[in-house]
Amino acid sequence: MRRTAAAIGVFLVALLVVMALLSLVWTPYDVTRLAIPDKLQTPGAAHWLGTDHFGRDILSMLMVGARTSISVALIAVGIGLGAGVPLGLLAASGAGGWIDEAVMRFNDLVFAFPALVIAILITAVYGPGAVNAMIAIGIFNVPVFARLTRGAALALWPREFVLAARVAGKGSLRISVEHILPNLSNLLIVQSTIQFSLGILAEAGLSYVGLGAQPPIPSWGRMLAESQTLITLSPHVAIFPGLAIVVSVLGLNLLGDTLRDKLDPRLTHER
Amino acid sequence: MSAPGFLYVAIASVWLASAAQAARTDVTIGMQLEPPNLDPTGGAAAAIDEIVYANVFEGLTRFGPDGSVLPGLALEWSPKDGGKYYVFALRDNVTFHDGSAFTAEDVVFTLDRARSEDSTNAQKALFENIERVDIIDPTTVEIHLAEPSGVLPFNLAWGDAVMVDEASVDTLATAPVGTGPFRFERWVQGDRVELVRNDDYWGEAVALEKASFRFISEPTAAFSAMMAGDIDAFPNFPAPENIPQFEADPRFSAVVGSTEGETILAMNNAKAPLDDIRVRRAIAHAIDRAAIIDGAMFGFGTPIGTHFAPHHPDYVDLVEASGFDQDAAKALLDEAGVTDLTLSLKLPPPSYARRGGEIIAAQLREIGINTEIENLEWAQWLEQVFKGKDFDLTIVSHTEPLDIGIYARPDYYFQYDDADFQAMMESLATETDAAARSALLVDAQNKIAEDQVNAYLFQLAKTGVAAVGLQGLWENSPTQANDLTGVFWQD
Repeated sequence: MRRTAAAIGVFLVALLVVMALLSLVWTPYDVTRLAIPDKLQTPGAAHWLGTDHFGRDILSMLMVGARTSISVALIAVGIGLGAGVPLGLLAASGAGGWIDEAVMRFNDLVFAFPALVIAILITAVYGPGAVNAMIAIGIFNVPVFARLTRGAALALWPREFVLAARVAGKGSLRISVEHILPNLSNLLIVQSTIQFSLGILAEAGLSYVGLGAQPPIPSWGRMLAESQTLITLSPHVAIFPGLAIVVSVLGLNLLGDTLRDKLDPRLTHER
Repeated sequence: MSAPGFLYVAIASVWLASAAQAARTDVTIGMQLEPPNLDPTGGAAAAIDEIVYANVFEGLTRFGPDGSVLPGLALEWSPKDGGKYYVFALRDNVTFHDGSAFTAEDVVFTLDRARSEDSTNAQKALFENIERVDIIDPTTVEIHLAEPSGVLPFNLAWGDAVMVDEASVDTLATAPVGTGPFRFERWVQGDRVELVRNDDYWGEAVALEKASFRFISEPTAAFSAMMAGDIDAFPNFPAPENIPQFEADPRFSAVVGSTEGETILAMNNAKAPLDDIRVRRAIAHAIDRAAIIDGAMFGFGTPIGTHFAPHHPDYVDLVEASGFDQDAAKALLDEAGVTDLTLSLKLPPPSYARRGGEIIAAQLREIGINTEIENLEWAQWLEQVFKGKDFDLTIVSHTEPLDIGIYARPDYYFQYDDADFQAMMESLATETDAAARSALLVDAQNKIAEDQVNAYLFQLAKTGVAAVGLQGLWENSPTQANDLTGVFWQD
């Protein structure tokens, strides 16, 4: 059972990545070219997944949309890792001190706002677009990684190998980088997978409300938003982007679960 | 439930069942936007007039369903001294909803207020030419003009020129008091405005006893509300793609009419390279109107070639002059020496703008112009584009009737500054001869088309839906209004 889930997860994520990569060099049709006379065609031989209200090929749009989703989610995770992990390490190394307090209260502050609200705030002030969506989702990721890192690092600080390093005269910065961080990598990989799938959902949500990638760059969320009034007329224009979001999030979560089972030190006793 | 309670319910349901036999006397009208206030003399929002025009407030004159100017609170009027002043004979049996009588003094108050320094009237230009208003007797006024004019009765028919009472003027925004066949009942913010029949109305009693205007901004929710029967009519249904579905449903009738909405791709005439007429012409020639009407409006809309309504008798068809011609567009760009051009395209929320914008972006790309689309909410659009003039291109529908005069305002957002055109509008304002007026309107249309101030796309259609049996709603939209005076349910 667990192996099947793993296989499905790997397959779906691979499909997503292949679609996105393939779209860099080839799509069945040009997504920026409109063909109004061909609008709202149902799936068939010419257009496997049909066409949207502008006559654009839905499969091609999903492929390019996958690229938008992946790049936004990937960079957002990058921001979260890049800022959150150092903050978490810093807080743990000075546990109980004012730095720890400052970092964690700042995290609480960011955490208190739902991700989407932060994203709406940022895009409302700096204008909608894929870059601002990345930053907005990335900011939400910072406290997630900071907390995770701090918690796990705190558990490592009293361990013998850390004590040994301290006895050897290493400073807390060196210990954090050389001894704590490598022991957190599995945990961070698992969390990154989860944040990545949340990032895809958040990107879809933002572009659904018009704050993500702007036209003509296809994005799954906007495809869904634009098909809303057409759902009773041509359901396929809403179903396929909806499925794309569901399937990728499902795939990433299955993959995340698998990785956690394999990598997470907190679960090793179960094996 | 207690026994007496049950009895009441039983009686009520019997009563309701019998009431259902008779024709209904209430109606719920759907609107996409909620008005910011309910004072038509102090706000620009179309949604205000869509509730109160002809229903709660009346002017000296009014627009009929075909756009003609009809008597309102004035029985008749006549121009004197070649249009230098007008004599209006007022109805003598009119009272405001608060019980006070409508007299010549109210006319003076209303028109003085609209013209005053601190007036917040959105169409102050309508009253600019009025010099003074004299009371001859309680039911006769003389309106003296600075320049002779033939358009005073037309100007006074606007929603911005309705008659108000001095006693209630401070509360018009939230509790409007007018002379109309309906009185304001209540406003549930975010949901609906309710009106009830004014039993002391001076004119013919209306058939409806109660009218609710419900606000549903989301097209999908509007569709569901119509399908569920929560709303009886949606006179401006926001999603034209759903109209065929209503047509196919025996419970509904779809009514497609005309509006005064010239939908244009507005260009910032003061900003390089759009200050070059060749670039503006190139953009106009790059646009395939048929594709926009089909793709953005699902076929609803009439192509236009100038800023004028096709159903107006003086309309000139200039569509061909800026017809779809990519070769001509590219040649014009070459001639202007413009290469590698990227323009901002700022789009307000309506689907004509959002969808139309995507189509235009694709069409401009064909001739080598790139666009950066930015989707804006109305507040942002008003701030950045309309007030701030910070844009290259935008799409908007100008829904005021006969609004070609905006091209004579150099500070208007598209910033067209042409002395000849401004002179034309000045002569139009004082011209009283019908034939000469027509000629001037024709010249004006030609002028802005020749100068290609904006790219003229299509006349917005009024795509309305109503439950079968609901009669008397306006088919066309000569002004922003949902006039319910003639609305009734047919068995």
